[in-house]
Amino acid sequence: MVLERYDPLVDDAAAFRAACDRPLPSVVRVNTVKTTVERAMRALDEDGHGYERADWLPELLRLDSDSPGTSWPYFHGWLYGQEEVSALPALVCDPQPGERVLDPCAAPGSKTTQLAAMMDDTGTLVANDNNLGRLSALRSNAERCGVTNLVVTNQDARNLSLKPFTPAGSDEQPRFDRALVDVPCSCEGTIRKNPDAHDDWSLGHVQQIAGIQREILRRAVRTTRPGGTVVYSTCTFAPEENEAVLDAVLAEESCELVAFDVPLDTRPGVTDWKGEEYDPSVELAQRVWPHLNDTGGFFCAKLEVTA
Amino acid sequence: MSDGPGEDFATYDERRDDADGTFEENRSQVFERLPETAADREVEGRPSREAVVDFWADRFGVPPETFDGYTFWEKGAGKLWAYAGDAPDAIDVEALGMVFLRVRQDHWKPTTDAVQRFARDASENVVLLDDEQAKRFVAGEDQDLKWDGDWGYLVVSHDLAGAVEPLGVGLYLYGELRSQVPKGRKRDID
Ligand SMILES: C[S@@+](CC[C@H](N)C(=O)[O-])C[C@H]1O[C@@H](n2cnc3c(N)ncnc32)[C@H](O)[C@@H]1O
Repeated sequence: MVLERYDPLVDDAAAFRAACDRPLPSVVRVNTVKTTVERAMRALDEDGHGYERADWLPELLRLDSDSPGTSWPYFHGWLYGQEEVSALPALVCDPQPGERVLDPCAAPGSKTTQLAAMMDDTGTLVANDNNLGRLSALRSNAERCGVTNLVVTNQDARNLSLKPFTPAGSDEQPRFDRALVDVPCSCEGTIRKNPDAHDDWSLGHVQQIAGIQREILRRAVRTTRPGGTVVYSTCTFAPEENEAVLDAVLAEESCELVAFDVPLDTRPGVTDWKGEEYDPSVELAQRVWPHLNDTGGFFCAKLEVTA
Repeated sequence: MSDGPGEDFATYDERRDDADGTFEENRSQVFERLPETAADREVEGRPSREAVVDFWADRFGVPPETFDGYTFWEKGAGKLWAYAGDAPDAIDVEALGMVFLRVRQDHWKPTTDAVQRFARDASENVVLLDDEQAKRFVAGEDQDLKWDGDWGYLVVSHDLAGAVEPLGVGLYLYGELRSQVPKGRKRDID
């Protein structure tokens, strides 16, 4: 079984396993492009939907029921269904109004729409995905959320071209202030939402996807300006897809890991795994184990581009 | 819009805009910016930015300042996009901001999502539905309605959380309000 692999990394293996067996509540994020948290709560009250507000992020509401999709505030694009812990990386990315921000693996857009709201729907947000079907879901989610600062592209993020943003006759390639690199992964940490998430697990798949993650993160570092921020996130536990990817990119590109605060209980990145030793700075990354905050599993790292 | 309904609405009914992608007529893969005024026009039939802002103001009373800071773009024929970011003049991407208006037809038609985003301050040709009517509207049903105003495309609203909120676009013809909520946006509200 997949989770046993990680027993040596967790402080309380029994609690870890038990948390992974419990389902997660249905959570929505209030979309502040279109409304305020107060009005969204009032609309849910009027509709008779019960909820509890997450203390670490005021926009997150844990619902009593499972069907926010058929409520008035959802129809108005005031709510976005999103797993609680997946709201973390946008917070770490911390985009500001007016900035240029890249979301290279964006579909179906939960983090894209969150970034847009944090930017007050100003500046330029580029949302890319290589899967056209998933991109169309992103487009309708973004339009329902009323997002207008968005450019949607359909490229392989491993060699994302800035050409679409280069004026004709110029070779200026405007770099980004920030990137949120939410790569495809083996999704081990989503087991509480998808009980069959581990059915197709194989080490070969983990290693193959790690190669893709590394190339996507490298390209994001290169397209971000010196001094800019790149956030790397996955919803998986495997160090091969997390610290090992950071270790490789630190060696290849001009960037360094930086410390960051989060309003959740986390553990530092691991520096050795299965006989491999990683750059000691990978400790600055943060692991969210499901039993720590009663959420899904997550991994998040913050990098600063140095040249 | 004063001589009474014309035949042309019949065909518009078949058309789907918005995000469900059932109506794609992309002659060009490139987004091209609308000219500021009619005098700057280089492409036959393309409306100016000024004409678009005037349309929202004249038809729905949407204050022109609502669109300050937005650029308007056409991709394919007649599909307009409103975008708040920076971009060069002709840009080859999948989407730029949101689809907000269908033009190059006699009666310009706003999208559901554009009305929700931009028409909160609309003051003309706005019809306010009660809760039961609003539910039928978002489920995609047509319904009989008494309305003394203009026929044609209306902003359809209801009361939610202490204020009037636009739901989308309805086509009012012959005493009937026809829901224009696109397939992918229809909902059976509890
Ligand atoms: C974890 S999901 C992204 C979830 C999204 N950020 C959100 O919050 O809704 C990873 C995405 O990466 C896309 N992807 C996989 N390989 C890619 C590649 N080489 N280039 C661009 N996107 C890729 C997948 O289609 C998938 O949509």
